[in-house]
This record gives sequence, structure tokens and C-alpha cells, in this order.
Amino acid sequence: MKTYEVEVRIWLKPSVFDPQGHAVEQALHTLGYAEASDLRIGKYMHLTVQSTSLSEAQMRVEEMCERVLSNPVMETYAYTLKEVALS
Amino acid sequence: MKWAVIVFPGSNCDEDAASAIREVTGDEAHLIWHDASDLSDFDAIVLPGGFSYGDYLRSGAIARFSPVVEAVKREAQKGKLVLGICNGFQVLTESHLLPGALLRNDNLQFRCEMTELVVENNQSPFTADYAIGERIRIPIAHGEGRFVADDTTLAKLQTGRRVAFTYHANPNGSVQNIAGILNEQGNVLGLMPHPERAVMEWMDSVDGRRMFLSMHRYMKEARALVGANGSANS
Repeated sequence: MKTYEVEVRIWLKPSVFDPQGHAVEQALHTLGYAEASDLRIGKYMHLTVQSTSLSEAQMRVEEMCERVLSNPVMETYAYTLKEVALS
Repeated sequence: MKWAVIVFPGSNCDEDAASAIREVTGDEAHLIWHDASDLSDFDAIVLPGGFSYGDYLRSGAIARFSPVVEAVKREAQKGKLVLGICNGFQVLTESHLLPGALLRNDNLQFRCEMTELVVENNQSPFTADYAIGERIRIPIAHGEGRFVADDTTLAKLQTGRRVAFTYHANPNGSVQNIAGILNEQGNVLGLMPHPERAVMEWMDSVDGRRMFLSMHRYMKEARALVGANGSANS
């Protein structure tokens, strides 16, 4: 068994209005950061996964993202996997 | 008639819904814990408001995997009436019994107030006692009630006359002012406003009563029909 460190990031789809991101972007503008735009607030999740191989781990994480961690109706996701050495 | 009001960890409008049903219809209303796996004994199912499983991942996202939701799906397929209120509506979209999704209000506020709804469809078991175009007063209490759906879904909802209620003044940024929608068969209704909080004079509105009465009447007629067919066949 190998251990993988997984980072999952989830955002609302670009077509869906993100009120939190909009509010924070407005705040940046008010504070003089006029160059900031397209601010979106998403979710970040960190987990470890035990698996026999990288491809197996990827398949399982993909399934977790599709089925539970994100709602494909309104969200998109991205993830990275990194094998970690067990001490 | 016998109603099941489903209780998830975090439901907080379960007792209100059960009381409203008993008060308005005189029927039995039972609180059913989320680990139940058989709802075949009930005539109608209500998914009440609240914050199931804390809504930590997304509203309704974890509740969707409760054993009872599989039972709700089975009964819905049989044509049984299923009413999802507020968090119940969110559970219905997450479990794909209804299309679309409910997101954070566009104004970032938790809105708790009386709203005016427009009755868009009075041909459903839930809305038969209302007049089409009628304005009714039902309160809302939510931070994540902005209904969104893609254009194809919205077109299907409109052509199928599946938008049951719209807001007269949109409190959350819902697309097309949508407050409540029906499934394709018309036996599942999800809505963000709380009809169980508008059933007594002291609640400042009694407009929610007719939803429960309409459901009660529909179930009674459906049962009478089954009875009549049964005796005709024997």
C-alpha cells in the first residue's frame, strides 16, 4: 500500500455568480487595488488516500470529487496527488 | 392519511412541519429518523427545513446519502407525494429528485422574512387549492436559497409548467424568481419558503394551510380511486 497526499480545489462554474468572490473583489477595489479582477472564492480540501497505485488512487479521488465533494451541476474541481513516504 | 416527516441530524423544522400537518389536516404525522429504510407505510413524505449534517460540505449534500433518501426515491417513483421545504428542497436537488441547485443568496444575507409568492401552477397535488396567478404570503428563512439551473433545464421547467411558485420580489437572486419547482411527474415539490410557518392566524398568514389541505385531498381521492378499482376488479 502507498500513501498519497491529495489536494482538492472546488469552484463555482464560471457561469454561476459568486457573491462572496464579488464582495471581496469590491473590497479590494475600495482599498485601492483596482488591478484585481475575476476574484472567485472556492473550497480547498486536503486528505490522504491509501492505494496500491497512483492510477488507482486517481480513479478513487476522481470518483469522490464527482459524487460527493463537488456538485457537478454548479461546481468544477481540480486535484493533485503526491506520494508520501511513510516514516 | 399517514405522513412521514424525515428527521436528519440537524433538521430543525421537523416538529413544526408535523404540528402543521396534524393541525391543518387532522392526519397522523410521524417523525422518521434518517436511518429508516422503508417508507411504504406512509401516504406522503415531508423533508423539513434545517441544516442536515450541519450543511458543512454543501446544503443537503451529506443527507443525500442517508438510507432514508433511497426509500424516499423508491416511494417517489411509485408516485407518492414528496414535499421538500427549504433544506428539504436542497436535499431533493442534491439527490437528483429535482433538477438544479441552491446556492448562497446573491446579497450574502440570511433572509428571514415574510415573502409574497405567485402561484404559477395550480394543476399539481400541492397547489390545486390555490388560484393561478394568486399572490400568497409564506415566510422564508435561508442563506442559501438562490435557485440556479442551466438553460436547458430552465426551458424544460417552463415548458413542462413545473415552476410551482415564483417570488413577487426576489429575496435571494434565484433565476427567473423561482421559489418552488415540481418534478416531471408532478408528485415531488421542492420550495424554499416555509408553508408550515403560515398555518395559524397568529403566524401572520394562513396561506400555507391550503398546500397541506390540497395534498390531503389528493391522497384521499387517490386512495378512493384505488379502492373503487379494486372492488370493480374483484
